[in-house]
Amino acid sequence: MIAEAGHYALVLALALALIQSTVPILGARLNDGGLMNVARSAALAQFAFVAVSFGALIWLNVTSDFSVLNVYENSHSAKPLLYKITGVWGNHEGSMLLWVSILALFGGLVAAFGNNLPLSLRAHVLAVQAWVASAFYLFILITSNPFLRIANPPIEGRDLNPVLQDIGLAVHPPLLYLGYVGFSISFSFAAAALLEGRLDAAWARWVRPWTLMAWIFLTLGIAMGSYWAYYELGWGGWWFWDPVENASLMPWLAGTALLHSALVMEKRNALKVWTILLAILTFSLSLLGTFLVRSGVLTSVHAFATDPTRGVFILMILCVFIGGSLALFAWRASALKQGGLFAPISREGALVLNNLFLTTACATVFVGTLYPLALEVVTGDKISVGAPFFNLTFGPLMVPLLLAVPFGPLLAWKRGDLLGAAQRLIAAGIVALLVIALVFAWTKGGAVLAPLAIGLAVFVIAGALVDVVERIGLFRNPLPIAARRARGLPRSAWGTLFAHAGVGVALIGIVCETTWNSEHIAAMKEGDTARLAGYELRFDGAMQRQGPNYRELQTRFSISEGGRPIGVMTPSKRSFTTRNTSTTEAALLSRGVSQLYISLGEIDATGAVTVRIYHKPLVLLIWIGPLLMAFGGLLSLSDRRLRVGAPKPAKPQRALQPAE
Amino acid sequence: MTRKQRRLMMIGGAGVVLVVAVGLVLNALRGSIVFFSTPKMVFEQHIGAGTRFRLGGVVEPGSLQRGDQLAVAFKVSDGSATVPVAFKGILPDLFREGQGVIAEGALDSAGVFKADTVLAKHDETYMPKEVADALKKQGHWKDDYEKKPPGAGPAASADATRPVR
Repeated sequence: MIAEAGHYALVLALALALIQSTVPILGARLNDGGLMNVARSAALAQFAFVAVSFGALIWLNVTSDFSVLNVYENSHSAKPLLYKITGVWGNHEGSMLLWVSILALFGGLVAAFGNNLPLSLRAHVLAVQAWVASAFYLFILITSNPFLRIANPPIEGRDLNPVLQDIGLAVHPPLLYLGYVGFSISFSFAAAALLEGRLDAAWARWVRPWTLMAWIFLTLGIAMGSYWAYYELGWGGWWFWDPVENASLMPWLAGTALLHSALVMEKRNALKVWTILLAILTFSLSLLGTFLVRSGVLTSVHAFATDPTRGVFILMILCVFIGGSLALFAWRASALKQGGLFAPISREGALVLNNLFLTTACATVFVGTLYPLALEVVTGDKISVGAPFFNLTFGPLMVPLLLAVPFGPLLAWKRGDLLGAAQRLIAAGIVALLVIALVFAWTKGGAVLAPLAIGLAVFVIAGALVDVVERIGLFRNPLPIAARRARGLPRSAWGTLFAHAGVGVALIGIVCETTWNSEHIAAMKEGDTARLAGYELRFDGAMQRQGPNYRELQTRFSISEGGRPIGVMTPSKRSFTTRNTSTTEAALLSRGVSQLYISLGEIDATGAVTVRIYHKPLVLLIWIGPLLMAFGGLLSLSDRRLRVGAPKPAKPQRALQPAE
Repeated sequence: MTRKQRRLMMIGGAGVVLVVAVGLVLNALRGSIVFFSTPKMVFEQHIGAGTRFRLGGVVEPGSLQRGDQLAVAFKVSDGSATVPVAFKGILPDLFREGQGVIAEGALDSAGVFKADTVLAKHDETYMPKEVADALKKQGHWKDDYEKKPPGAGPAASADATRPVR
């Protein structure tokens, strides 16, 4: 009954989406306010029905109703409640339902909070949003219905993939989808602007918060996914340049570019056409990401074999929306008026440079991800493009970008003073050079690139600080005045500081981890001691334990540093009987922002356990960086100018009403 | 500067960056891509010693031997040819005899494939795509691999091992 209700709610949501995708457009053509307002209620109702449908699927999973195929294939009655809930999106059908639910959520948010939007713009935005939604409802209902029943219900389910039975599944996919799908809003705004043929600075002011919100979620989602892979896969890697990861990195790069170009549009009314194109491209890359992950088309360590009808269906959605929006762009973009002029050396120029490098870097990731696929289709050769490719392409493109980051905020709009900016950055440059020299001396001429890269990161962080220090006049004014000016500084300036510094922080973590991580693999017996990076790790013993749906071999290591005990680590190996698989639960011990990492291999005939121990210096900075970026985004989102909203065009003075 | 000159300058700058990027991509594509081969292709194409490639197939049942210091040796087969593989390190959790595997490395002069990475998948019915394709082509496709594997999540679900450094 619940399954049928969920299915029915989804069909109703499709019907509402179809109404929402047509009636408001008609209303806009006829200039009929009533028809245009249909968009608002339809979007809210559509969200309500998807929520009911999604809730039904959660309920079916929680109650372990194995007469539903999807629940049978991915759940087990002994599975802990948390994983029963998160398991809803740990499979294809459920994750697509989560995808449309979030799409409908964003549509609902625009409907609920878009009261200050011009009526026709809101109608167009919600209609475009509903086109996307309709396509995905059809996809789910036709090819991946999560509510299918089994004729003879089995007693027990097949359980969720053990790797996914982790708190990471509760956080990573929803965050990632909030980011991916959040870009649909800027896409809809772009398409609406093209349809209306009208685009002004106010448009950018409406789009920016939505883009920023999606970007914050995507940043957190990618970082969370990376940390999850790091601790769950058991060999300490945190980024694999895997197609599925690239699929989320590409929209992030394009979205970062979009954030910055929307800034130019908002402040200076320039780069309009480019911003629209970026908005379209960003969401197109999100769709591409969905396609890559959901169709199983790529050979990938994440490879996900599904039946081809799904792949073809998503490919069609992809072609229609990307092709359609680009065609619309080609047709209507020339109608948009050009905006303000600026000199090449200016804030605008710096942001153009940022966009240039980010989109080029995005393009190289795109090539690296899709080239193997194209080659296989054309020649039949199978190749894999891995980390070396991206290190040789993505890496060099990031260097000039990062060098330029501190200059951007210091340049004035319209016409900037590069020499002046450089003078103000001298302090940051000196700090960076000192750090390079220190690191170089400390490591005694080991890796050459690493100290330089750390210097670059320090330059980015110090440069971000210089901007704020300059703006509040920290050393020129007495402290109370500087403090008052700091309070008066717009939150977006603080946002810039945190976001840019976050990039530098992440870079330090990445460089230190990849250059100086150390690894020790040994077969250890009870009482054995291993030494790594100044720590002694003593293997105290192992014991068998019974978990809710697995058996676990838990080992105990006591860690000491120079004879002083500092902690205990308990890595384990779990075997899940239902799926006949085992997972390695690594143990982590943080020392400041560095970590010790132990994961277990197999147990040999003599009873010795193969143990892999890593010391990862400053590894946590890799994820603290994105957290800082997201925090910066949040600060920027709370900026007064976005809270107050876009200025309304002055209402025409109402003529005096004749007395009745 | 006129508007036109400014625009030309911007387009010129963008062009330079794009050319550099294309150069980087082409250079990287020449040097750092890795081809995939099955054991049969290894013999047919006479891949030289030292050339990196990915070897995919089924771990031949009964061929797994463990040596000292985490060294392992096994054979990868695709039904018509077999290549011996040597690897040092921890094998992935799901490495099993009789199941699909992908190893990355190069042949040594004795014809042994020295792997530095071994990939297996967290799923008992999983078969690497290339292996499945190759086996299908050669008519060695077994029915039990055709069962639809249960879905993995959107995130990392693979398992891999790296070498002892």
